[in-house]
Amino acid sequence: MSTTQSLTGQTTDRPTGENLLEVRGLQKHFPIRQGIIFQRQIGAVHAVDGIDFSVGPGESLGLVGESGCGKSTTGRLITRLLEPTGGSVVFDGEDITHQPPARMREARRNLQMIFQDPYSSLNPRHTVGTIIETPMRLNGINPPQGHKKRAQELLETVGLNPEHYNRYPNEFSGGQRQRIGIARSLALRPKLIVADEPVSALDVSIQAQVVNLLQDLQREFGIAFVFIAHDLAVVRHFSERVAVMYLGKIVEVADRESLYTRPRHPYTHALLSAVPEADPDAVERRERIRLAGDVPSPIDPPSGCRFRTRCWKAQDKCATEEPPLARAEGSPSGHLTACHFPEEPTLAREEDIVLDPALGQGLPIET
Amino acid sequence: MSVQTSPQPADVTPAPAPFLDVRDLRVHFPTEDGLVKSVDGVSFTLEKGRTLGIVGESGSGKSVTSLALLGLHKGTRAQVSGEIWLEGKELVALPETEMRALRGRTVSMIFQDPLSALHPFFTVGAQIAEAYRVHHKVSKKEARDRAVEMLKRVGIPQPERRVRDYPHQFSGGMRQRAMIAMSLVCDPALLIADEPTTALDVTVQAQILDLIRDLQEEFGSAVVIITHDLGVVSDIADDILVMYGGRRIEYGTTRDVLKQPQHPYTWGLLQSMPHLTGDVGERLDPIPGTPPSLINLPAGCAFHPRCAYKGWVHEGRCTVDRPELRPVSGTGRHIAACHLTDEAKHEIRDGVRKGA
Ligand SMILES: Nc1ncnc2c1ncn2[C@@H]1O[C@H](COP(=O)(O)OP(=O)(O)O)[C@@H](O)[C@H]1O
Ligand SMILES: Nc1ncnc2c1ncn2[C@@H]1O[C@H](COP(=O)(O)OP(=O)(O)O)[C@@H](O)[C@H]1O
Ligand code: SF4
Ligand code: SF4
Ligand SMILES: [Mg+2]
Ligand SMILES: [Mg+2]
Repeated sequence: MSTTQSLTGQTTDRPTGENLLEVRGLQKHFPIRQGIIFQRQIGAVHAVDGIDFSVGPGESLGLVGESGCGKSTTGRLITRLLEPTGGSVVFDGEDITHQPPARMREARRNLQMIFQDPYSSLNPRHTVGTIIETPMRLNGINPPQGHKKRAQELLETVGLNPEHYNRYPNEFSGGQRQRIGIARSLALRPKLIVADEPVSALDVSIQAQVVNLLQDLQREFGIAFVFIAHDLAVVRHFSERVAVMYLGKIVEVADRESLYTRPRHPYTHALLSAVPEADPDAVERRERIRLAGDVPSPIDPPSGCRFRTRCWKAQDKCATEEPPLARAEGSPSGHLTACHFPEEPTLAREEDIVLDPALGQGLPIET
Repeated sequence: MSVQTSPQPADVTPAPAPFLDVRDLRVHFPTEDGLVKSVDGVSFTLEKGRTLGIVGESGSGKSVTSLALLGLHKGTRAQVSGEIWLEGKELVALPETEMRALRGRTVSMIFQDPLSALHPFFTVGAQIAEAYRVHHKVSKKEARDRAVEMLKRVGIPQPERRVRDYPHQFSGGMRQRAMIAMSLVCDPALLIADEPTTALDVTVQAQILDLIRDLQEEFGSAVVIITHDLGVVSDIADDILVMYGGRRIEYGTTRDVLKQPQHPYTWGLLQSMPHLTGDVGERLDPIPGTPPSLINLPAGCAFHPRCAYKGWVHEGRCTVDRPELRPVSGTGRHIAACHLTDEAKHEIRDGVRKGA
């Protein structure tokens, strides 16, 4: 069995190069209060609980994990829609950890966000033109060709008809609305876009259109992305590096090739083995891991390794000692895994792992 | 109208009668904007112990089809025609009172959102027990025991205790299990699952799909699973029916449809999907445009405004003639509705494979 090797001195998961975004020990605890007049804090949701990662200029980092693991909160902390409870966010050399967006200097225009829901993220009472122009006006940006012309160019960039400038969001389909959201995020020529499940609400054919659009924009304008999604295949397609989150922590981060073919964390294995592929032969090829139960509550997360309540390899050490996010023996540099007993770097497995008590029992039920 | 019916394919042998035989099902909704032809001539058959996957983008008529199988359009403004034969009984013409006796007993349903099926004010156990008592003359105690047994079977921990919980006390995955328990409590012969895992996380989805498969083996029921996810059907279905604009465009075994897809729409769906393995440098190949309006379906082939290959069919036939479902040569019962010749399809697919 391999052992972990501490990463002394190395402060980044990115092996080389300067960082556009640097996140250190980032935390967000949402207080839970009780009482009608005197609200006492009785606990906290540990939504994000000490995560480190960095993103280089023009690079895309994918953030995957199941719902509630803290992906959106992370995105909102980076874009400072939320204020961190702890840790730091440094963007483009500016420490924005406690800087409200209104007080940010460069970060405010260089850091943009695209949301999952193309319905609620666009103001239904504003025309498409107004929606796209607002960030320019708020930031005092006056393009030489004028706001309207620039908005129309942006509509064209995202594949919409510039003549639709005066229309309202409800006149567009879901995929088109997502394009409007993208046009808005591009208006300030940002250096980093945090895209929170940008294609999750879309049908597969439309999803592909939007993914291609984002990819073109990334290449053409050299925009860096934090690409949040629960769909592992979409993330692999879009991001050269991928971080896996579980219950407020990053449990594994690596370049996509390493992560998808040689995952070391048991949870990453479980996730990958659960994705159904549209290929009847894939079923036989792949390992089968079926976890039991649900993700525990982030109000009172398990001690030590947070995955231990669902992990088939858990031992005493897993309950007492939190595994550091570090390079496991046999992993390339930049591939970090938070596990005391990392998996072999392969997707092959002799036997299925089925922890779900309901599966494979075949107990006949009397009727 | 009737000349446009999608025919029952000639190579589906009629005898012996299939367990479920849906023939030329139509569900139309009169609305202010016009007649919405949500389902327009859909036919399929299904045997016990087998699973049919119905796939298509949102708005293609999948859910409306599933509601028709349960007779849930009865008493609404929906105009339903065609035939649904289930174990020798025709359901479209069946009066609601008789349909009610079948619903939950012979045919039952798993919905995408368990909260729409589970009442918030009653305990999970009471609802499962009630579903059982509607169709079985048993005491409350017996029905409750049955509920505990079902909760146990679907993997709810401590079922004796959880049977007293309300739906909101269950997690999303547990609620989905509870609904599966409720839908299976009467051992239905036909189970319809409409996007049963769409709202779930992938590890929970895998557990639920395995559970449905296990239970199906155990109970020998026929399952219709409706989903927009080709991965899910690949995982669980024996047959696949691809719908577009309320109609069938391709139908065959899962292996045939996914390995030898014959319709440009099915190609498009498959090429739009990113994968867990293979070349990441490859660009996704989306289907252009958006799904059609079901009030004014495009003339000819409904897919023609989005189809990149209509030029391969001569004289603009695609925009004028509606393609019939034709058997795919060299297969058992694989059918597809497209004017392209086999040679043209081969040439196109070879080009795609070579990365053209
Ligand atoms: N404003 C909030 N107040 C309290 N809890 C919250 C708030 N926002 C998110 N959470 C909780 O934080 C956890 C992480 O949520 P989120 O970041 O939305 O996860 P994800 O995007 O990965 O699904 C969840 O348990 C969620 O319920
Ligand atoms: N009661 C109704 N009245 C009018 N139109 C309806 C009704 N129910 C569904 N439709 C329309 O029928 C079409 C197919 O819907 P549905 O079967 O729900 O699609 P899906 O394939 O996404 O499940 C949609 O365009 C929908 O708007
Ligand atoms: S640290 Fe222990 S419990 Fe956590 S993933 Fe590794 S083996 Fe499993
Ligand atoms: S019939 Fe014509 S338009 Fe329709 S799918 Fe075939 S080639 Fe395309
Ligand atoms: Mg989220
Ligand atoms: Mg539906």
